[in-house]
Parts: sequence; structure tokens; C-alpha cells
Amino acid sequence: MMHAEQTLMEAATPLLQVQGIRKLYAPGKGVDGVDFDLYPGEVLGIVGESGSGKTTLLGCLSGSLIPDQGRVLYRNRDDRELDLYNISESDRRVLLRTEWGVVHQHARDGLRMGVSAGANIGERLMAVGGRHYGQLREAGENWLREVEIDPARINDTPRTFSGGMQQRLQIARNLVTGPRLIFMDEPTGGLDVSVQARLLDLLRNLVMDLGLAVVLVTHDLAVARLLSHRLMVMKHGKVVEHGLTDQVLDDPRHPYTQLLVSSVLGN
Amino acid sequence: MNLQQAQSNDTGGYNFAYLDEQTKRMIRRGLLKAVAIPGYQVPFGGREMPLPYGWGTGGMQVTATVIGPDDTLKVIDQGADDTTNAISIRRFFARTAGVKTTEVTTEATVIQTRHRIPETPLRSGQILVYQVPIPEPLRFIEPREVETRTMHALQEYGVMHVKLYEDIARHGHIATTYAYPVKVNGHYVMDPSPIPKFDNPKMDQCPALQLFGAGREKRIYAIPPYTRVRSLDFEDYPFEIQRWDESCEFCGATDSFLDEVITDDEGGRIFVCSDTDYCRQRQQQTAANEETCP
Amino acid sequence: MNAMIRVDNLCKGFTLHNQGGVSYQVLDQVSFTVARGECVVLDGPSGSGKSTLLRSLYANYKPESGRVWVRHKGSEVDLVSALPRDVIDVRKHTIGYVSQFLRVIPRVSTLDVVMEPARRLGVSREESLARAQDLLRRLNIPERLWSLAPSTFSGGEQQRVNIARGFVVDYPVLLLDEPTASLDAGNREVVVDLIRSARDSGAAIVGIFHDADVRNRVADRAIALSARKTQAIAEETQS
Repeated sequence: MMHAEQTLMEAATPLLQVQGIRKLYAPGKGVDGVDFDLYPGEVLGIVGESGSGKTTLLGCLSGSLIPDQGRVLYRNRDDRELDLYNISESDRRVLLRTEWGVVHQHARDGLRMGVSAGANIGERLMAVGGRHYGQLREAGENWLREVEIDPARINDTPRTFSGGMQQRLQIARNLVTGPRLIFMDEPTGGLDVSVQARLLDLLRNLVMDLGLAVVLVTHDLAVARLLSHRLMVMKHGKVVEHGLTDQVLDDPRHPYTQLLVSSVLGN
Repeated sequence: MNLQQAQSNDTGGYNFAYLDEQTKRMIRRGLLKAVAIPGYQVPFGGREMPLPYGWGTGGMQVTATVIGPDDTLKVIDQGADDTTNAISIRRFFARTAGVKTTEVTTEATVIQTRHRIPETPLRSGQILVYQVPIPEPLRFIEPREVETRTMHALQEYGVMHVKLYEDIARHGHIATTYAYPVKVNGHYVMDPSPIPKFDNPKMDQCPALQLFGAGREKRIYAIPPYTRVRSLDFEDYPFEIQRWDESCEFCGATDSFLDEVITDDEGGRIFVCSDTDYCRQRQQQTAANEETCP
Repeated sequence: MNAMIRVDNLCKGFTLHNQGGVSYQVLDQVSFTVARGECVVLDGPSGSGKSTLLRSLYANYKPESGRVWVRHKGSEVDLVSALPRDVIDVRKHTIGYVSQFLRVIPRVSTLDVVMEPARRLGVSREESLARAQDLLRRLNIPERLWSLAPSTFSGGEQQRVNIARGFVVDYPVLLLDEPTASLDAGNREVVVDLIRSARDSGAAIVGIFHDADVRNRVADRAIALSARKTQAIAEETQS
């Protein structure tokens, strides 16, 4: 009988291919050689303590930090392979507005605080040519409902929202153009525990329902366990362990991973 | 009158039209670039003018650059030739350039304006110079210059519609009534200066050359003759100009921009044409008609 | 291979780097097969590696060497060398796992917890709901608890929710880790029934059962793991 030691999803090709990314500010500070593939619908968690390079890595992957070495290849909706740092600035920005999303740790970095929730959600649609006010408003109301914000607040500015609501609005703003890949940096950072739970629940469901691929940076192992399929553990710019999330957390091999896991209360 | 003759008049020691020739050359280069890229803001080395920023220094530098001894200059301020500022600027050029001045739109070859476009349609060969306070239409939402330049380059104008969206959300209609953003030649989004939106359609396919000067921000931009200029709007909230139920008290016009004038302290008011020349022409025409056909 | 599971010379040890680097071998050259429609019980004293072996069959633990072949969608997959996404696919379609403790996710209702494996497979909401309700009823979880998150339930209730979740999909392979540990006699009966039905429908089952009575009633054969200081060797015996 044939033993198939090959990927079972033969038809699927990686959505994102990261090759040899290096960006160092000083020895051991930054990203020192990271490779991985990400497939559609996969959530990859990147964990590590502060200074591990995980935020730098996220920057390099999402187009905001030019790496010193390496490539980031993305397969777009038209099945074209784009070399992220070889395409024009214009194309990169279009990518970030349409097929990609970025959820920042602080909602104020990802929202326009001075305009209404509806405008925040509608902006990306307007940017790609949405010119019907009624439809834009409807999309705004629908997405507010999706992220469990009362649609009646569509005209309120994010300044009047709580931290958790701002974060959920940020998610809605990103999802409105149906992106395939989302980058998240500590999405629950700074939020109260009960608020975190609600946000994580929302993210979990959205990821499953929409088949999103996600690169999620977090220092919180519980968040990583809940949301990610795969986990990469970073230390001093290098990936010290990677694999199936529950495997890395329940059967850690690398000394640093073991330390991380054992340091978390109630893991 | 040629250049030497003009200079031989008593211009108080100033060069023709106040600015030195090198400066005019520099601004002309900027203007050429602006005309070549309709709606694009060209930086220029603005000079000190004998009046502070906010009083039309940009417009004056453009006028000084394009005006010649054979030109006839008209200056209006909110449509009127007889406000203090219009008079001052007109006198400035009369003194420093010795040019003929007029209040009649059809007689002018160069018209400098603050916040209005004349009602009388302009013709090929005329130059309309606008005074602009803030040239950057995206400044309201994006304070960084580097970012706004990138947005223009990449045509990232989604935020302009965000502004209009906010108007409709807040007021039920697009509440912007002046400095209404336009898209020029299908590419750049431009702030037409604080003219009422009533005037926006006049910019579209205009036979005259339209030049815009911002002195404090040191930017010039241009709309060449017969250029497509479209005001931004939504499909279900299309662009509309203002309309009045009243007509002009003096000339009876129903198609011009009307100013509301309070006449007493009991709520009495009248509406009059903002464009003084247009109003006067109409009154003269009416009087002439009455003479010929009593 | 006709077997649903084939374990080939599995070796699994642990090295605790942060405790002086102490290492110990738990599984040493373990090999066995499990066929369709048979229930195999892992036997052995505590510390002999039963749980470790079960987790290795789910790819929750990663062995140092050896292979774990599983029949998945008509071909064979080695869980040890498979890509994470393939392991996830195997877990989605082929292998169900009832762990000892329910991992509670805040805010997710009992019904949603039980329904999830079916929904993930694309089973309709109505059908998933019907199956979940049926299982919860059989396992004596009162209806008033169905819309609550299981975080406040007793250990026994949580375990029954866990079991329901494991049986909501007809997995070709089932791994059960002490499924009746916190249950009373009545509920133990229900679980025995569930296991026997699954087995009779052709599932290959590997389980750890503390209760001898349950074990005797569901097991076709036993695999004994013995701890000899730091080694464990698997021996197949007929029950």
C-alpha cells in the first residue's frame, strides 16, 4: 500500500511564502533569518517576549518595514505571485487596502478617531470606488452588527467607544473589503480580561467563518492557543521552535519554549 | 505701452509689477509645470509682499508674474470691485505696473479674485487668478505633508469621500458649501479655493486659463482652458448648486449668486448679486431697453 | 495496510531543560496496529506512558522517532512527519479525541462546544444542533445548561460535555483518555453504549479506562505498557 508522505491538500498553494527574512538593529535584536509558508485559512501565532523580534517580523511581513534580506511572496486573488518588496509602493498600498488587513495593538493607530464609525468602516470601500452613500451605510451597519457593536452607534466617533469596542471597530474596518490575510499585533493587549474574552471569541468565529489566514503576534500563550493552528516561538530574533500549536505548548522541546510554557499560570 | 515706457513711469523704484525678473521667471516655470499637470500643487519660492499672509499674497505674485504692460486688470473680492482689499490690490498694480484697470469683466485680460468666479462667462485669452488660503484638500484629515503628497501621487482619495459621507451622516446632505473639492482632468483632487460651490460648474471646460496662488503655503496650481473639472459627490447624493427663492433686488437676476443684506434691525433684508459688475451691467441693460422700448 | 492505525517503533522521551536537563524515556520502540471496528485498550500502571501514547496518536505529543500511520481519506498519513495543516485535516475528518479534561473557552455555550466539530466539517446547523442535543440528552446534561458556557459546571458535567463533543461526528478513529473517570454508574452506561455503537459502526478505538468493568465491556484486546524504571515496552495481549 502506498505511503503518502506528502501534503494532502495538493490543490492548495501557499498564500504567503516568507524566505530568509533578516532585519537586525543590533546582534540579536530584530529578525535573524525567518522562513515559513502560510496557507489559506491558517492562523499562525508568533510568540515571544519583548525584544524577541516578533513585532519587527510582523512589520517586515506586512510591508511596513523593509527587511535587510529576504523575500515575502504573496499569491493574490488573481493567482499572481507578488514579491512584496519588488512591487511598487502603489501596489503595496492597494494590497493593504484590499486583500490584506492590519489590526494594530492600539486602536488609535488603525482608526480615524475623528470621523464616525460608519465612515471608518466605509473608507476602504470608498477608496476602491464605492460611490453610493446608501450602500456604504448599509455595509457599515452590517459590519457593526458582525462585530457586536450596536448599529445605532454608526454616527458616533471612536473616541466615544470603549477600548474593546474600538478594537472591534478596527477589525470591522479591515474586514469590509474581504481580505484574505490579516496581520494582528497583540489584538487583546491592554484590554480587560472579560473584554478580551469577547474579542477573542469574535476573532475565533470570524476566522473560521471567513476562512481568513492570520499572522498573529502575541506574548499571551492563552491567546495563541485559542486562535492559532500553528505556533512559532521567537527568541533573540530567531525561531527556536515551531509546529502545531497544541503540540508546541503541550510538548515543548526547546529550553526557551519550556521556560515560557512553565512560566504561565494555569497553562 | 512697452516695458521701458512702463518703467519710466514713477513706480517708486520698484521693478515692473513689483517682483524682480528672476522671481517672475521662477514663478513662470512653476506655472508652466502647473498648467502641464492640471490640479497638481507646485511649490514655489514665495517672496515677501508688502502685505501679510492671508491677504492675497499668493494671488498677487501670480498676477505680477503673468501681467504685462498691455494687460487690463480687474480685481474682485467676494465678487465686488469696491471692497477695501480689491481697491488696494488694484491700486498696487496700477502703481507698480502702470497697467489699465477696469471693473468690467469683459474688458479685463487678467482678473484676480478672492472667493468668487465672475458671473459673466469668461472667454479665451483671459486669465483668472485665484487667491488660495489652504491649497491642500486633504489637510483636514491628514496633517503630514509627505503623506498627502503620496496620496495625491497614488490617487488615494477615499478620504475625500469620507468627508462628504460625514456631511451626509451629520446633516442629511453634503453640507460643504464652499471650497468644494473637485477632480481635475480625471486625476488630481483639488481645492478650488473658498469659492461657493455655486461657482464650481464654471471651472469645467472654461475657455479662460485659471491659475491658483497660495502665498503662505507657497503653492501654485492651474487648470488649463477647456479642462474637465468635476465636483465630488455620491451616486445617490449628486452635486447640486445653491438656489434662491429670491431674485436680485437691483437687477432682478435669478441666476447669479446672491448676498443677503440686512437692512434694518427688524429682520428686514434684501438679496443682491454678489458680482457687482454683473449686477451693474444688467441694470444698465435694463435702462437701455427701457429707453429704446418705453 | 488494512489497519486504521499503525504504530511503528515509536520512541518518546522528555527532557526537562529547566530542571537540570533531566530526561527520561517513556515509550521505547512501541509498535502495534488497530483495525476497523475494534477497540484496543491501553493497559499499564500509572507512569507507564498510556497517556503519552494516546497523545502521540493525536499528534499532540511529538515522538523522537518512529511513525504513526493513520488511514485518512483513503490513503495513509504519518502524523509524525505531517505538516501542521495536514494534521489538522486528519483531526477534522478522521480522528476524534476525548481528553481527560475539557478545555473551556469563555463565552462559548455548551451547545456550541458540542456542535463545533460537526459545523467545522460543514454539517448544517440544524443537523449539528440535533446531534448535539441528542448526545447531551443521553448524557443527562439538563437542557437548562445547554446555553451556558461549561466553565461553571462540575467535573463530571464538563467531562460529559467533552464526551458529547467527541461523539458528535462519526470519526473513523476515536481516542479516549479516561472517558468515564468522573461519571456515576448511569452515565458510565451511556458512554459504554456510545463506544460500542461507534465500534460496531466500524470505528477504530484506542482508549484508557481506569474502570475495569467498563474496560471489559468495550475492549476487544489490550496493549500492556510496563514501566521498567525509565523504559516502557508494549506487549500485545489478548483480553
